[in-house]
Amino acid sequence: MQANSSDPIVRFENVTKAFGELTVLRNLDFDVAPAEKVTIVGPSGSGKTTILRVLMTLEKPDDGVIWVDGEPLWHQKSGSKLVPASEKHLRKVRGNIGMVFQHFNLFPHMTALRNVTEAPIHVLKMPKGDAEQRAVELLNHVGLGDKLGHYPSQLSGGQKQRVAIARALAMRPKVMLFDEVTSALDPELVGEVLNVIRELAEEGEMAMLLVTHEMGFAREVSDRVVFFDKGRVVEQGPPEQIFGNPQNERTKSFFNAVLRH
Amino acid sequence: MSEQFFDWEYAIGFMPTLLEGLWVTIQVTVVAFILAAILGLLMALGRRSDNPWIAQPIGAIVEFIRSTPLLVQLFIFFYVLPRYGLRMPAFIVGTIALGLHYGTYTSEIYRAGIDAIDRGQWEAARALNFSPVRTWVGIVLPQAIPPMIPALGNYLVAMFKESAQLSAITVVELTLTARTIGTQSFRFLEPFTMAGVLYFLISYPSSLVVQRLEKRYAGK
Ligand SMILES: Nc1ncnc2c1ncn2[C@@H]1O[C@H](COP(=O)(O)OP(=O)(O)OP(=O)(O)O)[C@@H](O)[C@H]1O
Ligand SMILES: [Mg+2]
Repeated sequence: MQANSSDPIVRFENVTKAFGELTVLRNLDFDVAPAEKVTIVGPSGSGKTTILRVLMTLEKPDDGVIWVDGEPLWHQKSGSKLVPASEKHLRKVRGNIGMVFQHFNLFPHMTALRNVTEAPIHVLKMPKGDAEQRAVELLNHVGLGDKLGHYPSQLSGGQKQRVAIARALAMRPKVMLFDEVTSALDPELVGEVLNVIRELAEEGEMAMLLVTHEMGFAREVSDRVVFFDKGRVVEQGPPEQIFGNPQNERTKSFFNAVLRH
Repeated sequence: MSEQFFDWEYAIGFMPTLLEGLWVTIQVTVVAFILAAILGLLMALGRRSDNPWIAQPIGAIVEFIRSTPLLVQLFIFFYVLPRYGLRMPAFIVGTIALGLHYGTYTSEIYRAGIDAIDRGQWEAARALNFSPVRTWVGIVLPQAIPPMIPALGNYLVAMFKESAQLSAITVVELTLTARTIGTQSFRFLEPFTMAGVLYFLISYPSSLVVQRLEKRYAGK
C-alpha cells in the first residue's frame, strides 16, 4: 500500500487493550490525518495515556491493528497476512513517532545539548557536527540557546520540558505525542511550554496528538478535539463544536465539571 | 643472641620476601576484582533476560556459588577440575575462583543499581528509538554504575583480605609467604604479625576512601 497525502498518518483499527480485568481501550477506531493537530480530552482513567503509549510502542495492544504512515506498527506483512512485528520492523515504524512525557524523562547524566544530539548520532547515524548544529538550532528555537551546557538538574521544570521537546523534534517524527506535558509544572512555567507547542502547531507539517487539561490551549491549537471516555470515542469535532456546543450528555457533564473547577 | 619477644632483625631480614607475597596478593585482588565486576554485570544482565532458558540457569548458578564457601570452590577448581583435563596454574585458578565468587555478590549490586533507574528513562530511550545495546551502554549503565561505586569498593577491600584463602591452594601470596618464612625458621610471631600489619596498612586506608565515597553519594 502506497501512502498518499489523504491517507491517515495514524489509524487505530479495532484496537483493544486491557490491563488484567480492566479493558482500557475497547475496539477503538481512530484516525489522525497528516499534519492534523488532535487533542484528546476525557476523564481521568479513560485511557488517554494508553492511546499514546500503544502508539509509542510502550504498551502492546491485545487486539486490532495500528497503522502508521501506511505501515502496520505492531505487525508486519507476510504475504497477505499480518504477523507480529519483528524488533527490526518495530524500530523502523517507531521512527515516525516522537513523544514528550509528563515528567520530561531527560537523561540526567547528559547536558541539554547531548540530550538532543544523542539519538540523532546513535540512531539516525548523523555526523556529530551536523547533529550538534541542528541541536543548537532546536534549542535556540525553544528559547534555550544559552543553556546548551547545562545538566537537567540545573534547569527549571519548564526549561526541562522545552529541552525534551527539542530532543523529540531532533528525530524529525511525522507524529508527535504530548501527554499532559505541562501538568508536572509550576503554574508560572506552563505558559513558556505551551508557547513552544503553539509555535510547533503553527509551523505545520508534523501531526500532533495531545492529551491536555488546558482547555483554552486545546481550543486554540487543535484542528479536532476528541472526547474520550471508558476506552471509546464519545464525541469528536472541531474545537468550537466540542467546547461550544457538545451534543453528548457525557461530554456536557465533563465540561461542566472541568469548567467549574 | 638473647631470645627477644619480637626479633626486629629477623623481621627486617624477611621483609623483602614478605613484600613479594604482598605484591602477589595485590595482583590477585586487582585481577579478581576486575573479573568480579565484569562477571557480576553479565550475571545481573543474564538474570534479567526475558528468555527463561538464560535467566533461570544463571540464577541457579549464582545462588549456588553464593551459598557455598569460597574455600570449597577453590578446592574444586584446584583438585577436581584437573582430573577432567582442566589444568591451570594455582594463581590463575585461585584468581578465577575468587572473581567468580565475588561476581555473585557484585551481581546483586548491579541488580539493585539497575532497578533504581526510573522507568521513564527506559521509555524515553525507546521513544527515541535507541537499540537495546545503546540503551544499556548510553543511558542505563552510566546512571546506574556511579552510585554502586562505594558498594563495589567494599567488596574490593573484602576480596583483598579474603585472597588469603588462596594460600590453601598453594598460591604464594602474603599469607602463605608468611607461613613459609615461619616454617623455615620456627618463628611465626614476626612473619604473621608483619603480614597482619601489611594487610591493615592497605585495607584500612582503602575502607576510609570507600566511606568517603559513600558519604559523597549519600549526599546527592
Ligand atoms: N500498566 C498498567 N497496569 C495496570 N493498569 C493500568 C496500567 N496503565 C494504566 N492502567 C489503568 O488503565 C486505566 C487507563 O489509564 P490511562 O493512564 O490511559 O488513563 P488517562 O485517561 O490517561 O487518565 P489520567 O487523566 O488520569 O492521566 C486506568 O484505570 C489505569 O489505572
Ligand atoms: Mg494520563
